[in-house]
Amino acid sequence: MSKLTVVEGSYAVAHAAKVCRPDVIPAYPITPQTHIVEELSKFAANGEIGACEYITVESEFSAISALIGACAAGARTYSATTSQGLALMHEVLFNASGMRLPLVMTVANRAMSAPLSIWNDHQDSIAQRDTGWIQLYAEDPQEAADMTPQVYKICEDNKIMLPAMACFDGFILTHVYEPVVLLEQDLTDEFLPPFAPEHILDPSNPKTFGAFADPGVYSEFRYMQELGMSAALKKIETVADEFNEIYGRYYGGLIDGYYLDDAEIVLVAMGSVIGTIKDVLDELRAEGKKVGLLKIRSFRPFPTDAIRNAVKNAAIIVPLDKSISIGKYEGALCTEIKASLYNTKIDIPVLGYMFGHGGRDIPPERIKKIVSEAEKAIVNGITIESSYVDLREELL
Amino acid sequence: MNKTTELFAPGHRGCAGCCDALAAKFMLKAVGENCIVVTPTGCLEVFSTPFPESAWNVPWIHSLFENAAAVASGVEAALKALGRKNDTKIMAIGGDGATIDIGIRGLSGAFERGHDFTYVCVDNEAYMNTGVQRSGGTPFAATTTTTPAGKASFGNLRPKKNMPQIMLAHGSPYVATTSVAYPKDMMRKVKKATEVTGPTYVHVHAPCTTGWGFDGSKTIELGRLAVETALWPMMDIENGDITGVHKIRNKRPVEEYLKAQKRFKHLFSIPGGADIIKKIQELADWNADQYDL
Repeated sequence: MSKLTVVEGSYAVAHAAKVCRPDVIPAYPITPQTHIVEELSKFAANGEIGACEYITVESEFSAISALIGACAAGARTYSATTSQGLALMHEVLFNASGMRLPLVMTVANRAMSAPLSIWNDHQDSIAQRDTGWIQLYAEDPQEAADMTPQVYKICEDNKIMLPAMACFDGFILTHVYEPVVLLEQDLTDEFLPPFAPEHILDPSNPKTFGAFADPGVYSEFRYMQELGMSAALKKIETVADEFNEIYGRYYGGLIDGYYLDDAEIVLVAMGSVIGTIKDVLDELRAEGKKVGLLKIRSFRPFPTDAIRNAVKNAAIIVPLDKSISIGKYEGALCTEIKASLYNTKIDIPVLGYMFGHGGRDIPPERIKKIVSEAEKAIVNGITIESSYVDLREELL
Repeated sequence: MNKTTELFAPGHRGCAGCCDALAAKFMLKAVGENCIVVTPTGCLEVFSTPFPESAWNVPWIHSLFENAAAVASGVEAALKALGRKNDTKIMAIGGDGATIDIGIRGLSGAFERGHDFTYVCVDNEAYMNTGVQRSGGTPFAATTTTTPAGKASFGNLRPKKNMPQIMLAHGSPYVATTSVAYPKDMMRKVKKATEVTGPTYVHVHAPCTTGWGFDGSKTIELGRLAVETALWPMMDIENGDITGVHKIRNKRPVEEYLKAQKRFKHLFSIPGGADIIKKIQELADWNADQYDL
């Protein structure tokens, strides 16, 4: 039995990053990511991360740029960011994936300004969905910690070679103290082989990184990134299994389910709200309501086939989003789930709700209200495809 | 990879008389093969690496326009962490836009952090890759495609940003100014910059045939005129002290430099042009006096 230690979520993740033996950590502080990079700086200052170079860069733009240089030179790299910092990196995110550099970043999910908000939602990483990064979302500090070596193993696979974000909710998970198993160094060494990229910047074998592509060759580079993402679909599953074999913990691969097999109402969500939903479902199941949960672990690559298979017997699908595409009035899960079901024989109504934006609390009653609305929609049909469920009308 | 003995190989797509190609070729001759080059977006990057070709016989990376210094700092950190730094030189080669304007934050950060690398700015005084738009390196009164001369304007309103002084203010142990028109001087300074430990900076004045409007056979001539008029002083600055200045044997009036380029041609016809030329002469005279050229 592994030893449980009560630590802050950020510490659990920083510790997990440490045991992955990163060579270079460029870090720029931003709330609520700060505790992660502070803890790592302590590890580095105490010589606990080997010869790791910890660089206190002057911006997130340089953090991710230094990651690119370091990774191209053959280093395993780590950084963490959130929200405005991630948005500042936007241009570089495309560049990293296009150069097939398997960078790993923790994203402590936070809302986007304006209005300024330091609290949690998923708008920051969702806004980066087309940058070519793998995106996994964790539901609790233990999963966030465990996800760290998992994403290294996924993205460093030579058939994948794409960067990855391990996302977990800012404050709700970064700042919560919970009992977790701190990842053991020996198990991590067994699970995660050293980074051994085929192509590096090395004067004894000069190579050109980041060449210029004319219209005759550009699309093929983009398509090959897609092939890498496709390879990640399988790898995410096998890595989750391998992790389970070595550490004895499992959170699902691409997706996970809770009371999913016979569910008529399938709630779909990512991140920390999963815990709240599970508690609510325990209650509702006790009342005999056939409600289940589809947890999305992998948002990129998007597990279309796994989702189709998981929801095909439902009466209604209810994506719950901590993001919004303004101008479409729905969140990313809603859009993607609907897109996944089109052109199939699955004809199940999709009823989307948005909540928890800018850190607004999601109490169990809100989940129950959503379920009761879904019950009505099964009978009466859907009138509004997507809406906020926690708007304060008096402020509008 | 190209089997030529040149570390920066011929066959690239640079213009005849291109200053960037001259700079890259001679700088790599000076530094040698144990060097990793980082290049921001710009002419040099585009004309030297049309996939699947590359002019670079040293490891080379291009990421983006504004992040060469940060990429270089990552390369340096990686080599140190992996025990591969040894005598390997890391050199970023950027244009004036990438260095003086859009990349100055990352460059400032990398110098303040003290990474062991050399940043070379090959300054052709405008955004040449995008069609000669004004940069912070564009000289006073020059026309560009975004500072055209017209009834209400004599061209670029401001003098060049003094980038070497800014880099000096970071405490860099070696800052130098040079010109592609003096290849031996440039090679000596770049080699020295890569041999000094810490963040070092070399600012290379680089006449652009296309952007400045002169015949491609005159690149060296134009570069020499900039130096001989005292508009571009060349010097070594070690640990904050000027330790070497390129002396001008026969100081030339700025008109000789200005009239040789289309970008200053308007000064010889517009009302008040003579006054502008006088101001440019004052800039040159100030340089000559300040640095004892």
